[in-house]
Order: sequence, then C-alpha cells, then structure tokens
Amino acid sequence: MTNAHSNWIAFKTIIIKEVLRFSRIWIQTILPPVITMGLYFVIFGGLIGARIGEMDGIRYMDFIVPGLIMMAVITNAYANVVSSFYSSKFQRHLEEMLVSPVPNYLIILGFMGGGICRGLAVGMAVTLVSLFFSPLSIHSPVVALSVVVLTAALFSLAGLINGIFARSFDDISIVPTFVLTPLTYLGGVFYSITLLPAFWQGVSMFNPILYMVNAFRYGFLGVTDFSLWLSYGIIIGFILALYGVALYLLNQGIGIRQ
Amino acid sequence: MPKALCIRQLTKTYKNGLEALKGIDLDVEPGDFFALLGPNGAGKSTTISIIASLVNKSSGSVSIFGHDLDRELYAAKRCLGLVPQEFNFNTFEPVQEILVNQAGYYGIPRKAAWKRAEKYLVELGLWDKRKDMARTLSGGMKRRLMIARALVHEPRLLILDEPTAGVDIEIRRSMWQFLKDINQQGCTIILTTHYLEEAENLCRNIAIIDHGQIIENTSIKGLLTQLNMETFVLDLSRPLARLPDLAGHRLRRVDDLTLEADIDREVSLNQLFVDLNREGIQVCSMRNKTNRLEQLFMHMVDRGRAK
Repeated sequence: MTNAHSNWIAFKTIIIKEVLRFSRIWIQTILPPVITMGLYFVIFGGLIGARIGEMDGIRYMDFIVPGLIMMAVITNAYANVVSSFYSSKFQRHLEEMLVSPVPNYLIILGFMGGGICRGLAVGMAVTLVSLFFSPLSIHSPVVALSVVVLTAALFSLAGLINGIFARSFDDISIVPTFVLTPLTYLGGVFYSITLLPAFWQGVSMFNPILYMVNAFRYGFLGVTDFSLWLSYGIIIGFILALYGVALYLLNQGIGIRQ
Repeated sequence: MPKALCIRQLTKTYKNGLEALKGIDLDVEPGDFFALLGPNGAGKSTTISIIASLVNKSSGSVSIFGHDLDRELYAAKRCLGLVPQEFNFNTFEPVQEILVNQAGYYGIPRKAAWKRAEKYLVELGLWDKRKDMARTLSGGMKRRLMIARALVHEPRLLILDEPTAGVDIEIRRSMWQFLKDINQQGCTIILTTHYLEEAENLCRNIAIIDHGQIIENTSIKGLLTQLNMETFVLDLSRPLARLPDLAGHRLRRVDDLTLEADIDREVSLNQLFVDLNREGIQVCSMRNKTNRLEQLFMHMVDRGRAK
C-alpha cells in the first residue's frame, strides 16, 4: 500500500469519525442552531423586518437569510473542531492519532473536514428553515458554495488552534463568546455597512467576517458591498495563515506533547 | 535482523527541570518477551512515551526494527502497538468503532478494518460488547479493549504499560495466556508491571530502571541466580509449642502452625526437612514468603539508591 493511499484512508477515517461524533449527538449539535436561527427569522425578519422594509433595495427578510446561514456555519464549524479536539486531548484519545503514522497535516485536514461537514449540515438545516420565511433564490451557486465551504474551513482551523492551546473547558468558550459572536453580529448579518457612519464603516473593514457574509450574500442575492475577489483573497489568506500556524503548533508538539 | 527496539543514550529533561531519563541504553531482540521494571517515577512511562512519540526526547536515539524515530518516523510507528497505562479511548464511541478507526489511521481500508476488529474483539472476549459505548465496559474489559486496539494493525512490537492493573485474577491469567500466544506467533512484547509474578511468568529478559537509569539488564533466569537467600513459609500439620534449635538453619515461629525459614542458596532444602523430621515436626505445605523476583527487585533498587 502506498503512503498516499494509506494517508487517504486515514483522512477519510478522521472525517467519518468526526461526522459520526456530531451526528450521534445531533440534539446538541444540529438542533440548537436551527432553533436559534428560526427565532431570528421570526423576530428580526418577520416581526421587526416588516417595519424596516428594504435593505440595499432588498426585502429585509431576504437580506438577512444569507447572513444568518453564514453565522450558523461559522459558529458551528468553529465549535465542532474546538470541542472535538479539546475533548480528544482531555480524554487523551488524541493519542490514538499521535502514536499512529498519521502526519500532522492530515490531522489538521481531518479535523477541518469534520468542521466543514458540521458547518454545512447546520447551514443546510438553517436554509431549509429559511424556506418558511423567504423563497430560495441563488444568484450564483458556485460563489455561494465556495464561500460557505472556505469560510467553514477558515473557522474550523481557528477552532483547532483554540483547541490546541485550550487547557480547560473554559478556554474553549472564551473565543466564541468574546470574539466570534461580536465579530459576526458586527459583520453585516443584519445590516448593510452603508448605513454606518464613515468612521464605523472604516472600522468594519477590519472585520474579516464582513467580507465572508457579503460574498455569501452575493451568491444568494447578487449584491455585495465589496469586490468578490477581495473577499476570496481575504478568506484564502486567512486559511493559509491559520493552516500554517496550526501545522507549526502540531509539529512543535505544543499543547499535545510534553 | 535489526533489533526490535534499540535505544541509545536516551535523555529526557522536562520543562520543570525534572531529569526523567539520564542516558539509557536498551536493546530488545525480535521475538522477545521483555520486562521493563522500576518503581513509580523511575522513568518507565517516559521511556515508553518517547518510543510511542507521545513525548519529545531531549537527546539520544530510538529505533524500532531498524527504523529511527528521527529519520523514519512513520515506518517506525507502523511497527509499534501501544497499550498505555491509563484508559485513552473515546468513552462515547462504540467498542468496534474504536478499533475500526484505529485501523484506519494505519491505512487499513474500512471493510478490512471491520473484519480485523471482529477478529480481535472475539479473541479478547469483547465481541458481545461491540456495539456498546466504551464507557459502559468494566475495568477489565477496558484493558482488553486497549489491547485489541493496539493489535488491530498487527504490530511487530507491542508495548504494554501495566496492562493488568486493577484486573481480577481470572481475567489477568486469560490476558497472560493471550499475550503468550501472540508472542509465540512472533510479536515482540515489552511489558511494564508492578506485579513481579507477572514478569517472572511471562518474560524472558528484563531491565530494571530507577531514577532514569538502567540498573540491571539481563535474563530473568540470570537474574534469579543472583538470589542468595529465600524465605519459605512452612505450614505445620500439628501445633508447635516451642521453636526447635536446629543448627545451621534460621527459623522463626510465626504462630503455632507456621514457621518461617531463611534458606541460603547453597543449602539443600532436603537437609532442612531431615532436621525438622528428626524433631518430629511435620510440614504439610510450603511456599515462598515473597515472589523471588520481588525480593531481587527490592534488593537492586535499594542497592542502586545506596550508590
């Protein structure tokens, strides 16, 4: 058996393991974000949105659907990897991979794959719920799909790095609570940044989630506040940087080997 | 043929300054059943963790069947199966899935992995539990699960770090038989244990490690020849009123029906029985007071510390 074939099997094994893990506990992993997003649709889209009218020339409910789907994907891709990796460290079953001939880059890609799968599973479920409130129209399936997959990959890597450094269960909730959620809420999920004063528009430009939400919204509605290429560049740049950091940490054994 | 395990000048100093290994050399021949003994904190688990790539070494070299960990890490890892001291499987996974995943990490296709898992679960008496979550297993079953997991990729070298800790005697003996069988089939085994009876029963060669240094490395038989004196417990058939004065024997009266005798290696047991018989003392059974290896182990550790 060649190394490439062996590595391919190992990669698939990690993905299957991860998918089975979150599927087994779907009441904790899939259902809550679907209910939360359903409430957002009802309250922000249905009740408040009816009074807001249009945003960027689009019905408010239709405007927030892509952002809410993206918000669910981001938080779930992140949460999946950080909790799975930290649990495997905490319970020490990460050692199953560490003693085996699985290269570190495959461990990263495997966990990332698991995070993408959870992100997409939740994203699909939220999209289905959104159909009760907004007709599904996809302007560019290629853009929508590529942006959602790349964004899930980015936040899976971020979750992995959080998991590598985490030393307690508190450590795995700090970043989602104090960094991820504020950035997502301020990332143009509920509004167009053209509504903001010039100063805050400038500040918002430093929020990478803004570009992801906008690019994803373009995939659905065909409107965006930024160049699509800028969005892709930022997402891919972050992916490469985070992958490099994660690989360095695992190669050095930081957080996983003494 | 390369050695199953070859360690040269292995050192490990942890970040807190603890010098766990001080330059150990160790060779294990292919097919051997080898015991690595030592008191708690001696460096056994650190050695094993370095071999299994779970701990980074400070210096020195380790090779498994000729594959150096620094140069051919993945080839070395393929030769190794590890049963760690503490349970380290996902307790929320079904038993068979744990084995199938482990096989997958070694590149075994999923279909073949299910069959491989079945084989080892049957052999280790866990087949009925294959669909149960691992957390529901008893302690003995968890130990056997870890052995099955370590074997699922059919390694050439199996390292077991106290595999029978906390396991009842019946399961322990069935595990001994299983380990003997796989050793006879060609798998080299390195065992650490606190049950010295286990090492004496299973292993052919032995190394004793203390304070990060190998203080003895020989065959079990060779080691036992170093034993100069053994203490036997004699159970008497009739109560003994007073301790007889037998010239040339060191006897102690434990109670009315029990004597202890310290017998030098060069003294024949026959002479003791002749002398006891002459005094009218009938012995109905006898046994070693302590395991022979245990006596030697304590002696060597004490001697090493005195130095």
